[in-house]
Amino acid sequence: MAYTLTVNGKKSTVDVPADMPLLWVLRDVLKMHGTKFGCGIGQCRACTVHVDGKAQPSCQLQISAVGNKAITTIEGLSADGTHPVQRAWEQVDVPQCGYCQAGQMMAASALLAAKPKPTDADIDQAMSYNLCRCGTYIRIRQAIHLAASMGRNGAAHTTGSAAQ
Amino acid sequence: MTTKKTLDRRSFLRVTALAGGGVAFGLIGKDAFAQGRGGRGGGGRGGAGGGGFGGPAAPPKVENYIKITPDGKFTIMAKNPEVGQGVRTMLPMLIAEELDVDWKDVVIEQTDVDPSKYAGQIAGGSTATPQNWIPMRQVGAGARLMLRQAAAQMWNKPESEITTRSGKVYHEPSKQSAPYSQLASKLESMTPPSAEEIEKNFKDPKDYKIIGKSTVNCDIKAIIAGKPLFTIDQEIPGMKFAVYQKGPVFGSKVKTWNEAEIKKMPGIVDAFVVVKDQPNTPFIGYREEGKPADAGDLQEGIAIVADSWWYAQSARKKLQATWDEGPRATPEHSSTAYAAKAVEISKGEPHSTTRKDGDPDAALKGAAHTVEAAYAYPFISHADLEPQNCTANFKDGKCEIWSSSQIPTGAFGLIASNTGIEQSNITAHMIRGGGGFGRRLYNDYAVEAAMISKMSGHPVKLVWAREDDLANDYYRPGGFHFLKGGVDASGKVTAWADHFVTYGAPKSMPLQTSSAANIGPTEFPQPFIENYALYTSAQPVAIRTGSLRAPTSNALAFVVQSFIDELAHAAGKDPVQFRIDLLAQTKPEPPARGGRGGFGFGNAFNASRMTGVTKLVAQMSDWNNRKKSLPKGTGLGMAFHFSHSGYFAEVAEVKVEANKKIKVNKVWVAADIGRQIINPSMANNEAQGAVIDGISAMMFQEITLNNGRVQQSNFNNYKLIRMAQAVPEVEVQYLTSDNNPTGLGEPAMPPILPAVANAIFSATGDRVRSLPLKNSGYDFA
Repeated sequence: MAYTLTVNGKKSTVDVPADMPLLWVLRDVLKMHGTKFGCGIGQCRACTVHVDGKAQPSCQLQISAVGNKAITTIEGLSADGTHPVQRAWEQVDVPQCGYCQAGQMMAASALLAAKPKPTDADIDQAMSYNLCRCGTYIRIRQAIHLAASMGRNGAAHTTGSAAQ
Repeated sequence: MTTKKTLDRRSFLRVTALAGGGVAFGLIGKDAFAQGRGGRGGGGRGGAGGGGFGGPAAPPKVENYIKITPDGKFTIMAKNPEVGQGVRTMLPMLIAEELDVDWKDVVIEQTDVDPSKYAGQIAGGSTATPQNWIPMRQVGAGARLMLRQAAAQMWNKPESEITTRSGKVYHEPSKQSAPYSQLASKLESMTPPSAEEIEKNFKDPKDYKIIGKSTVNCDIKAIIAGKPLFTIDQEIPGMKFAVYQKGPVFGSKVKTWNEAEIKKMPGIVDAFVVVKDQPNTPFIGYREEGKPADAGDLQEGIAIVADSWWYAQSARKKLQATWDEGPRATPEHSSTAYAAKAVEISKGEPHSTTRKDGDPDAALKGAAHTVEAAYAYPFISHADLEPQNCTANFKDGKCEIWSSSQIPTGAFGLIASNTGIEQSNITAHMIRGGGGFGRRLYNDYAVEAAMISKMSGHPVKLVWAREDDLANDYYRPGGFHFLKGGVDASGKVTAWADHFVTYGAPKSMPLQTSSAANIGPTEFPQPFIENYALYTSAQPVAIRTGSLRAPTSNALAFVVQSFIDELAHAAGKDPVQFRIDLLAQTKPEPPARGGRGGFGFGNAFNASRMTGVTKLVAQMSDWNNRKKSLPKGTGLGMAFHFSHSGYFAEVAEVKVEANKKIKVNKVWVAADIGRQIINPSMANNEAQGAVIDGISAMMFQEITLNNGRVQQSNFNNYKLIRMAQAVPEVEVQYLTSDNNPTGLGEPAMPPILPAVANAIFSATGDRVRSLPLKNSGYDFA
């Protein structure tokens, strides 16, 4: 059946079964591979995307339920990798394997949109849905605080390259 | 290779040979590595060039690693599999440093698998650093020396007056300079310098501009932008998607299935049974009485091929199959039965004596204090976040695969023997893997993908569901230790006897244990205790076992370092001082300190290095003052462990609430991995990750069996640690010692488990002797 959805501001029509999760529409039909598959049951959140601005696991959202909601994926977080979260992730050198990080960045950017200056407790609460098998949680927290300090105009209050 | 000597196109450095490139490889004993690591089908490991694994006999050639382009960029080849350990960044750093170019001008390219060009294309055993520290720098320095020589010829100046800097050669007296690219084509006819000559010209470490500087992950831009980067992101023309359903018990065979119904479902291209008609490679895996070891890499199953992965997975949900579950679907292959059997075995004569020095029984009788304790730990799964997957294109008797195997050559023999083609007709591409942890040392997903591609006639991307991954692992083997120890009135450890009950073939002679389920005769603390015994017994197991991050050490450190803590408390000694004193103990047997020290991979346990990190971590954590000033219910625990040539001592501060809710407040890590940390950013990231991974494993992780079936299925019942549960601060320091640098991904992990367990004891008096902690009522606060 045909569904029209809006991903990163662009409309696409796909002919897929009603119960196909958005994750697999993105990956196998639209060939957007940034959103990752990890568990299929919403436990690891590697597949996190924004649905009308809120972080959601795309493996749990059937295409028939997407409707007119605006979907943003990691590919659409910024045009050129300059969203504060992306720059902070680079500056802090967060990833090890990197597989969960698209989901982590989508969760972090949704958190920052709702709470521009999150506390550690806010971060614990918002980010504990996302698993990182490599255990980069210390740097994820550091990068979120750094991204928050960059603010909207993007000027970081701290400098430096890779985290020591 | 022919190269046009024009500068308007890419020029390749061309040299015939770099002598002596294999000298660094002698560090690691081949047999030490062989236990439990996937290798080529047939168990061989290829010609070990200079002692490497599966590598070529020839030393590294510059042309295989460096391309110089007129745009001022330097393409450096990364030869090893990248699964999150940072090697794709680190190995090129070594070359770039000695080549004397700026990191900003380096472009990194991943090589394919090619044993004729590249030695040791593996990610295992924390070996990338020790194996490549010298050869990769030889590549860079060899090229630099030849560029100098070429410049000397071009300007007709003495070579001694030529210097290099930032990708250029200089003759300062005549104020001449030229970019490397101008000289690259001249190198083709030059004789490369000898290894000796190259090493004489290695940079002085004080002049390093890249090595030792925190360098951001070379794939960072692709990661933050969500670019296709991982194996699961591969797309090739005409590709179909596959799932592969194996039986409920290891070794199951298909009896019946609803083939017609499955084939009629939406998007289904094909569905068929992959019958296992080839013997498995006799190298790894579980061992069964009276039969050779069976790797079990290719298991019989039902393949479903579809137009998208979701179609294949949806069809699988409608699959109605019956299975011949084989001889292992029985009550004795249940975790509770294994535990009961271990206790029963412990009461009898051990199946084998792995080591016996002195007279432990007599020494125990004469000891001032004795402790007896039983320890246990479960099977655990690797749970790489990127599920196992592989894209394969089998066509016209050739097979091309894209995988993130940690030992991609291991797939060659498996694919060749199962598809009936020669290994020379297989091409393997190395793609970034979403985690490894040892799981991708095995190539079962690759042979499955190759078989499905061959049988369906399509290129296929096989992706395992999480449920496939947890049910079909090469699990970290569980184990049981029945320990007795004695200390004299002065606090000296006089006796140690460990009856280790593991998995394997109990009646085999010599005793054959399942993969990664054995302990060596000189494993710590053997070298330090005069009356020492290690007995090993085994019971059969229904599942494959294998290497998981710091194999054996990841569980053994918990047992040994917890029991040492028990002895320290029995002796009334401070746990740190007790360990320092133990490391100073000597014993009469001279062979004890020779040879390989347990899992140190070729290096004997060095007591002074371990004493060094123990003292450092005590100082970092302010052990003596902190332990006295902690509030009630908060404790400090310490442990050390030597593995993979690395010395790690760790202290954990743990708060335990009344309802057994714990919070690890802070961890201190002291490491001695030689004289140079190549990329501090990645090193610290990995050390912190290892600590968090270890705490995750000890709290939750457990694979249990019931009638041969794995009972865990996904992250809802096989939990991993989350942000709010993770220790918020891990301080890492390195003790620089005059040894060649070694790896860190594995050795950083083992000590954290006993450090936390010892801290829980210190906080509460509760001695945890069985993992995971959740089974003793613990949880995170």
